[in-house]
Amino acid sequence: MASHTVGKFVPETSPESVKQRAAIWRTFWVMFGITVIEFILAFAKGPFHINHLFVVIVFISLTLLKAFYIIAEFMHLRHEVKLLILSISLPVIFIIWFIISMLYEGNAVLMVR
Amino acid sequence: MAQAVALDENSLWKGGVEPLKASYGKLMMWFFLLSDTFTFSALLITYGMIRFAHHGAPESARVMVDGHEKFIFSTEYWPVPEHVFTHFPLTHAHLPLVFVGLMTFILIMSSVTMVLAVEAGHRMDKLAVQKWMLWTILGGIAFVSCQAWEWSIFIAGSENGLNLTEGTKIFGANLIHNEYGPPAFADLFFFITGFHGTHVFSGVVLNIIIFFNVANGLYEKRGHYEMVEKVGLYWHFVDLVWVFVFTFFYLI
Repeated sequence: MASHTVGKFVPETSPESVKQRAAIWRTFWVMFGITVIEFILAFAKGPFHINHLFVVIVFISLTLLKAFYIIAEFMHLRHEVKLLILSISLPVIFIIWFIISMLYEGNAVLMVR
Repeated sequence: MAQAVALDENSLWKGGVEPLKASYGKLMMWFFLLSDTFTFSALLITYGMIRFAHHGAPESARVMVDGHEKFIFSTEYWPVPEHVFTHFPLTHAHLPLVFVGLMTFILIMSSVTMVLAVEAGHRMDKLAVQKWMLWTILGGIAFVSCQAWEWSIFIAGSENGLNLTEGTKIFGANLIHNEYGPPAFADLFFFITGFHGTHVFSGVVLNIIIFFNVANGLYEKRGHYEMVEKVGLYWHFVDLVWVFVFTFFYLI
């Protein structure tokens, strides 16, 4: 998929196309399912007094899972060469540090308010 | 022979070999999206920081009215977002999160139609590419319209408004006053969803341009539909950002 050849028309009934489209819809249903779970949890957390920290951890993990599916399958990154995957995913380290330092900073601002 | 020449032009960069087995345009789109990731992360992390710098809602802010939980807003503490965004078009019912849920569904759906367009492009199936691009454009327009509606509700505010101690009232939200909580909450809402909405809007414009090129047979002549793949990357990124905005702005 990475390199492009001058293509010829292939009908959508070809086995490869059928397989690819099945994979696309499978990814859709997984993401739809994750969103439904998030919704159920959002409505259940109040009446059932579910622990707030637990809810937050579940929401963030499900979000990261959805992000993985979008990047890996829809954006096709999983099927690119390893070096491209690394050059896109490694810089995210900086974001993780940014999150930790800024949340700490926010707390510190609240303390001196 | 003509085919071999076209193949070389497509897979090689002007300087020779193709790095990372990706064309120049696609690679640059990836790196642009990485830089955009940093921009959006900065906005969302700013939200987190400012939220942590404000007091959370006290237990006394939640009261039960007619069987459902009512949230008392104050500029003293951060609101619980699901109590701010409770409206749905054509009804006065109290429906927290349902409208954002619909927006999320629309955007994920349009991401699916976009991959289907890319898949059709690999098969050189012009009609199918056209069909799926059109669905994607419709999804994008629907999403931006939903956002416009949500903004107008947020700006207009509730019927009763918020009483301040000096006897004045605040209705709705703008960059200075906010009925639902500290002004920073409204500012961040406008900045983050606005910046995302701008991305969706430019995505729709790009998709329309590419749609016209497809319809005019430009990519058919070129021999590949890689441009569809490139705008597809951008479109999925917009969906990706929304997944995070949905969690950090509405759910948590």
